[in-house]
Amino acid sequence: MNREALASLVLAAGLLVVPLIALGLDDPFIVTLATKVAILALAGAGLNLALGFGGLVSFGHAAFFGLGGYAASILASHALNYEPVFVWPFEISGTTSMPVIWLVAMVAGAIAAAAIGALSLRTGGVYFIMITLAFAQMIYYFAISWPAYGGEDGLSIYVRDSFPGLNTLDPLQFFLICYVVLMVALAFCFVLTRSRFGLALQAARQNATRLAAVGIEPFGIRLMAFAISGAITALAGALYADLNRFVSPAMLNWHTSGEIMVFVILGGVGRIFGPVAGAALYIVLEHNLGGLTEYWQLPLGLLLLAVVLYARGGILGLVSRQVRHG
Amino acid sequence: MVEPVLSVIDLSKRFGALAASDHVNLDLMQGEIHALIGPNGAGKSTLINQITGAIRHDSGSIRFEGQEIGNLSVAERARLGLARTFQVSSLAPEFTVLQNVVLAVQAASGHVFRFFRPVLTDAWLVEPALGYLEQTGLKERSGVRTADLSHGEKRQLEIAVALALKPKAFLLDEPMAGMGPEGSKQLTGFLDGLRTEAPILLVEHDMDAVFSLADRISVLVYGRVIATGSVEEIRANEEVRRAYLGEEAA
Ligand SMILES: Nc1ncnc2c1ncn2[C@@H]1O[C@H](COP(=O)(O)OP(=O)(O)OP(=O)(O)O)[C@@H](O)[C@H]1O
Ligand SMILES: [Mg+2]
Repeated sequence: MNREALASLVLAAGLLVVPLIALGLDDPFIVTLATKVAILALAGAGLNLALGFGGLVSFGHAAFFGLGGYAASILASHALNYEPVFVWPFEISGTTSMPVIWLVAMVAGAIAAAAIGALSLRTGGVYFIMITLAFAQMIYYFAISWPAYGGEDGLSIYVRDSFPGLNTLDPLQFFLICYVVLMVALAFCFVLTRSRFGLALQAARQNATRLAAVGIEPFGIRLMAFAISGAITALAGALYADLNRFVSPAMLNWHTSGEIMVFVILGGVGRIFGPVAGAALYIVLEHNLGGLTEYWQLPLGLLLLAVVLYARGGILGLVSRQVRHG
Repeated sequence: MVEPVLSVIDLSKRFGALAASDHVNLDLMQGEIHALIGPNGAGKSTLINQITGAIRHDSGSIRFEGQEIGNLSVAERARLGLARTFQVSSLAPEFTVLQNVVLAVQAASGHVFRFFRPVLTDAWLVEPALGYLEQTGLKERSGVRTADLSHGEKRQLEIAVALALKPKAFLLDEPMAGMGPEGSKQLTGFLDGLRTEAPILLVEHDMDAVFSLADRISVLVYGRVIATGSVEEIRANEEVRRAYLGEEAA
């Protein structure tokens, strides 16, 4: 087993063991933090597919994260108020069932990503970054100004959504749901990047001219990757809404896009467990430094700078002592 | 009359004041190697790029297997059976040698949107890919990262990738460039046999290779084809000697 695989295994085990120990020590807050790590890592895993494997530097993934969050809380609030979401052309009622909510969130994320991708993937580099940012900000301002779902104030989920056979209000059970979803998503990413599609996607990042010359349209490959990426990040958004039992436009803000990008870059761009390492470090720093000073993001910024300048493979790259991506 | 596999008809392309292609006519017949020679900057690569679609021509037409392809994308033209190699090797640098060829094999198979089965354990892709690497003498290097290949090996890999596309025509832009005398000789022998699989439009500065391989030669100078003919005809052509061969003979 190579070092990256070993480090991934340690991360997977650590993320599972830490909340179990914390619960033994009667510290449920740590369980909540671990849940947050799992959810944010999932959001990062979505972005990693586009950014790490496809080379698509999206600065708009908050759009998908927030859409997932709003999908969850809109469906839940309609279900709790016994109002259908809409009645025409057919009636759709709300739901508090997590699997249904996840499906809706992922479809919404995929559709939004496909639409944004179709309009932005013809460009590259800085233009792509700016266009994805612009679209995400448009959705952010829309959420602020649309009063039906709380506008600027956001929207609460009064009771955490349900999962068949589990008590989602129990912190450990909710953590386990998030953990399993994360692991399934990471396994999916692992398989995907080794498939025919994954090979083409990585070729699109390295040399799109070459990809076209063998007869594969880079645009189609990138669009599909972007849609899948958006779906995964939206799924994370739905879980995040359930964790906080609240969504607000802040989820859609460009800060969120930046944070998701930080998880990926800190952890290791284009490495399956990179976002897990990145999100864990981020939360640990926030938790420990955030209490000491309001300016805890300064050391974070320095760390990020160091990674970008000296360790482009991120934490996992350092651990496995090989730097990829020139 | 036999239809050419590929014909370039009255093709023109300007970069500002520079006529990179000036009413170029050229065709490629089944089974032949058609060499395209000319001094540096004559517009040879630009012509290849227009045929593959990387550069859009200003006017004229490009027909491939009886179909106008001038409006198709690079990938669409490649899927119809046009395989090119690049004058400056253009491969996926982080992939292994094998992955680069597997990418071409899967592209030729037409099924790219498959998300689950790992490619590198798929014998349908790997076996043929190793075959092409064997043919081009790279089989022992199949696990090496492409960026770590020597210059000559990258040239060989370009050929292997082109073979893997099972094309109906090859467009080779200076395949011998930087190969060294031994490598050039080997490649010459290899290309000699390749013409029976698909015709080759061969851009090359190595005159030994051109004269031993070509069925026909076209000479491009300042974007214009100044002569097309057999090896003997081109060697004997006064204008060609002045414009191009003269400087080599000196
Ligand atoms: N994209 C471009 N924009 C402007 N000028 C270009 C462009 N591409 C090529 N040229 C010019 O067109 C001319 C033809 O270039 P081209 O690369 O086709 O020559 P070539 O015959 O392949 O030369 P060589 O033997 O050196 O490879 C050159 O003068 C070159 O500078
Ligand atoms: Mg050239």
